[in-house]
Amino acid sequence: METVIANNNFKSEEYFINMGPQHPATHGVLRLLLTIDGEIIKKVEPDLGYIHRSIEKMCERDSYQQIVHLTDRMDYLSANINNEAVCLAVENALELEIPDRVKVIRTIIGELTRISSHCLWWGVMGMDVGALTTYFYGFRDREMINDIMEETCGARLTMNYNVPGGLMYDIHPNFVNRVKAFITHFKTKIPEYDRLLTDNVIFQKRTQGVGILSKEDAISFGASGPVGRGSGYSCDVRKHHPYSALDRVKFNECLETAGDTFARYKVRIAELWESLSIIEQLIDNIPEGEHRVATNAVIKLPKGEFYQRVETARGELGVYIISTGTKNPYRLKFRSPGFSNLSLLNHITVGGKIGDLVATMATLDLVIPDIDR
Amino acid sequence: MTNEALQQLITSWVPEIECTEEGSQFLTITVVPAKLHDLMRKLKETPETHFDYLFCLTGVDWGQALGVVYHLESTIHRHNIVVKVQTEDREHPTIDTVSDIWATAEFHEREVYDFFGIQFNNHPNMKRIFMTEEWEGYPLRKDYEDEINMIIK
Repeated sequence: METVIANNNFKSEEYFINMGPQHPATHGVLRLLLTIDGEIIKKVEPDLGYIHRSIEKMCERDSYQQIVHLTDRMDYLSANINNEAVCLAVENALELEIPDRVKVIRTIIGELTRISSHCLWWGVMGMDVGALTTYFYGFRDREMINDIMEETCGARLTMNYNVPGGLMYDIHPNFVNRVKAFITHFKTKIPEYDRLLTDNVIFQKRTQGVGILSKEDAISFGASGPVGRGSGYSCDVRKHHPYSALDRVKFNECLETAGDTFARYKVRIAELWESLSIIEQLIDNIPEGEHRVATNAVIKLPKGEFYQRVETARGELGVYIISTGTKNPYRLKFRSPGFSNLSLLNHITVGGKIGDLVATMATLDLVIPDIDR
Repeated sequence: MTNEALQQLITSWVPEIECTEEGSQFLTITVVPAKLHDLMRKLKETPETHFDYLFCLTGVDWGQALGVVYHLESTIHRHNIVVKVQTEDREHPTIDTVSDIWATAEFHEREVYDFFGIQFNNHPNMKRIFMTEEWEGYPLRKDYEDEINMIIK
């Protein structure tokens, strides 16, 4: 039985819809203005600023100790690494010698933060493409890290554990044992993640060949973190500009060459193993010593310009301080990874379907406060 | 390339630039707005320099002048440079866009426009990115005042 619909009245027409700011797949208050033709995306224009707090302006009136606290509120899933970035910038400017103990603890905490961020991302990634179970698995494992953080510094999300000169408190006596217990636990769980989602045929069909980003474009758009590495672009700040104790550990930079959504997914899963390996190398050898060196109560940076880059869970965070020698920065800029990664969204989703946009956006791992600052 | 070699090469292209390594971990060059676009294109396209990664673009209010600071890195040679450009015109500051050279500049330049009011010539989409279109003034300028939010000079 053949039916041919020959009706010239059906004409395709471009139209415009809003996605967000309350759409569950935008993970916060990101609004996308979509120009679509049926299911095909013609243009994606992000509309930002719903939670812009002008942290950079606030920094200009704050002391350097206060600035550290604001950085938690940018990329809240990489809070510790953001804190570390500002502390390192200030310490380098002051030419402070930081004890080994602090460096090692900072690196362990940083990698724990990365794992917990990737756990959350993994859970949400599954949820975005329709697999709700992953959300509970991801949160179950992230909970263990949150508990460790809570015991160490009293906070679960906005830690403020780093201060210029070291750490606010020494680690809790249980810290080492709990981290080891977590490593043992989590090593059995990553294969579970793979069985549940990575090897899932439906998931692979949703993600392979979708949202392809070439290496040249990744560099041009300033992509960093797993987004850049999924396109075969070696951009790991931990490798190229090691900080804290990262120069004394062995780890691989996780690279994939396909550049599609699945490649970015695989990079993050591989990073979980690498982060575990970094923690394992350090956890038994935390040097004895002070957890903090004394700084002046009022920190004045010398006149000049200071730039510090670190690798957060999302990519390269840059802290650019222009100091005139006073107790406040003259100008402080945060180069946030999410902002640059978002700018390539239009480029990689045009021509695809709306459902693919959701899957692609999930692997960009956007955190809106990081973009809006 | 070492900083000295870089400095020599760039001075041979544009003699009127100012170079300094003082007060910064990177080689810093200052260029006039008219020469900016040519210099940036050369920095990216010349094989010896190959600055293909613009990792930070910052607007700065220097008081007298408004400026933009570009942090560049080469993903092959792994050397860095900082390029600064300034304009004294606070009423209608304009600088050429570099978004045709590095795609990431498109968003970052919109951010600079939003907070400093610097217009970028030939930018494909020159409008505010965070604030609403009706917002008056440019918040990150040093002479910006907003008494409700306790921002005073």
